[in-house]
Amino acid sequence: MALDRYARQRLFGWLARGAAALVVAVMLGVVAVTIYRGGRVFLTDPAIAVTPPGSRYMLEGDGGFLHAVLGSIFIVGPATVVSMVLAVSTAIYLQSDYSSERFADAVNMFLNVLWGTPPIVYGVFVLTVIIAVGAQTSLFFGIVAIAIFQYPIMTRYTDEALRSAPETVKEATYGLGATRFETALMTVRAALPGVVAGIVMGFARGIGDAATVLFTAGRSTNMPGGPFEPATTLPVLIFDQAMSFNAEVRSHAYAAAFVLIVAVLALIFASKLLAGRYARFAPGGRHS
Amino acid sequence: MAGSTGTESATDGSGRLDRRLLVERLSSYWLGGAGYFAIALFALIVLTLLYQSLPLLSEYSVVQMLTTSNWDPAQNEFGFLPAIVGTVYVTLLSMAMGTPIAILAAIYIAEYAEGRTKTLVSSLIDVLAAIPSVIFGLVALIVVVPLVGDYVAPAFGSDTTGLGIFTVSLVMAIVVTPFMISLSVESLEALPDELRESSLGVGATKWETIRSVLLRAAGPGIFSAILLGFGRVFGATIVPAMLIGGQTQLPDSLFATGQTLPTLIVNDFGELMSLPLTQSALIFVGVMLVVVVWLFNFGAMLVRRRLQRRWQY
Repeated sequence: MALDRYARQRLFGWLARGAAALVVAVMLGVVAVTIYRGGRVFLTDPAIAVTPPGSRYMLEGDGGFLHAVLGSIFIVGPATVVSMVLAVSTAIYLQSDYSSERFADAVNMFLNVLWGTPPIVYGVFVLTVIIAVGAQTSLFFGIVAIAIFQYPIMTRYTDEALRSAPETVKEATYGLGATRFETALMTVRAALPGVVAGIVMGFARGIGDAATVLFTAGRSTNMPGGPFEPATTLPVLIFDQAMSFNAEVRSHAYAAAFVLIVAVLALIFASKLLAGRYARFAPGGRHS
Repeated sequence: MAGSTGTESATDGSGRLDRRLLVERLSSYWLGGAGYFAIALFALIVLTLLYQSLPLLSEYSVVQMLTTSNWDPAQNEFGFLPAIVGTVYVTLLSMAMGTPIAILAAIYIAEYAEGRTKTLVSSLIDVLAAIPSVIFGLVALIVVVPLVGDYVAPAFGSDTTGLGIFTVSLVMAIVVTPFMISLSVESLEALPDELRESSLGVGATKWETIRSVLLRAAGPGIFSAILLGFGRVFGATIVPAMLIGGQTQLPDSLFATGQTLPTLIVNDFGELMSLPLTQSALIFVGVMLVVVVWLFNFGAMLVRRRLQRRWQY
C-alpha cells in the first residue's frame, strides 16, 4: 500500500471534514440563493404578500399572492391542531400503561410505515375520498390531507420525547395514588420541551409540503372563499409558477419562496426557544 | 378518617374519587382509540387505494403492465416500465452520490467536531433538514439546471436543456443528505466511550477505530438511516416533478428526461381524471408506492435485527 496507517488517518480525517464542509456549504448556498433572489423581489415590493391576486394572475402576475399566504395559514393551522391532539394521544397510549408491549410494537410498526409513506400517497388517498363522496377539492380536504401527513411525524417526535422523560416521574406519581391519566399528564409535562419542539417541527413540515395539497385543496388562483371552496398554499404556488414563461409570474414564485423559508426558519427558531422556556417543567432543570 | 368527622366530607371525598375514576375511564377509551387510529388509518389508506385500482387490475395483468413501456392513457395503454426505470435510476444515482458524503459528514460531526463547532454544524444540519423540498426545486431551477445543461452534460457528450434524471438525482441527493446525517449521527453518538477508548488503547489509529469498531457497532443504525433515505428519494414528488422533464419514455442516458412513479401521478392526474381507467391506473401507482415503502421498512427491520446479532460488541 502506498499509504501508511497514519497517512490514511490524516486522509480520512480531511475527507470527513471536507464532506461536512461541503454539506454545510451547499445548504447555506440554497438558503442564500432563496433569500437573495426572493428577497430582491420581495423587498422592492413587500405589498405583493398582502395583495389579492388579479384576474389574470397566472398569466401576467398582476396583484399578489395573499390567497396563498391565507391558504397556508387556514390549511396548516387547523391541521396542526387536529393532528397535535391525535399525535399526543397516540404517543401517550404507546408510552403509558394502556397497552401491552406487543400491541405497542405493532402500532409502532404501522407508524413507521406511515412515517415513510410518500406524501403524494396521502394526496391521492384524500382525492379518492373526495371523488367517492362526490365533493369538490377544497380548503377542508387540504386540512384533512395535511393533518394525515403531519400525524406520523408529530407522533414520532412526541413518542421520542415521552420516552426520554425520566421513569422516576411515572413512579412518583403512581406512588402518590394517581390514576393512569394523571400520570400521563405529568409525564407529558416532564417531557414538554420535546413535545413542543416536535409539534412545531410538524407544523414546519406541514407548511412546506406541496404534494399532499396539490390535488386536495384545489390549486385555486382566487382568494379562499370558505371551508368548502378551493384554496391554495405557498408551496403549491411556488411549484405552479416556478416554470412559468412570464418573468413576472416567476418572480412571484421567488418572493413566495422567500416568505416560506423565512416562515420555516422562524418556526424552527421558535421551537428551540420554546423548548428552552418549557425546560423548567422538566425534572433536572434547564437543558433542552 | 373522614367517616368520623362527618358525612359531608366523606361524600365529597368519594365524589372526587368517582370523578377521577370517571375521567380515567373516559380518557382510556379516547387514548385507546388513538392507539388504534394509526392502524385504522393505514388500513383505510391501503384498502381504499386497492379498491379503487381494482377496475384496472381486472382488465390488465399486473406483470404485463409492469413490463411494457407504452404509456398512453388516452389509448388505454398502461405500461409502467418507463416510470419504474426512471424511479430506479433516480433512486440509485442519488443514493450513490449522497450516501458516502452523508456517512463521512456524520463521522465528522460525531467523532471529529468538538465544542461550539459541533453544536453549530449539527444544529445547522437539523434545521436544514426541515427546508421544504419545493425550495430545493426552485433553487435547482435557478442554479443546477443551467449548470448541468451548459457544462456537466456536454462534458459527458450529452445535449440537454438541463432537465432530466441526472439533475433530479443530484438535487435529491442534496435533499436527503441532512436527513441521513442526523440519523447516522444519532446512532454513532449512542455508542459508549469505552469502545473508542479500548480500541485506541490497543494502538489503533483514530481512523482504524472508526472504520473497524465504530462503523460496525453503529452499523444497524446507519444502515436503517440509509434505507429511510432511500424511501425518501423513492417517494419524492415535488423535486422530480419540477426537474425531470416529464416525458414518459424509457430513458436512453442518465441525462435524458423521464418520469418517476410519483411524477406520473402529478403530471397526469389533473387532465385525465375523467377517464375512470386512468384514474384507477394512477391510484395503482399509489398502491405500488405504499407496497414498496412497506417492503423497505419490513426489510430494514429484519436486516437490522440480523446485523445487531452479528455486529455485537
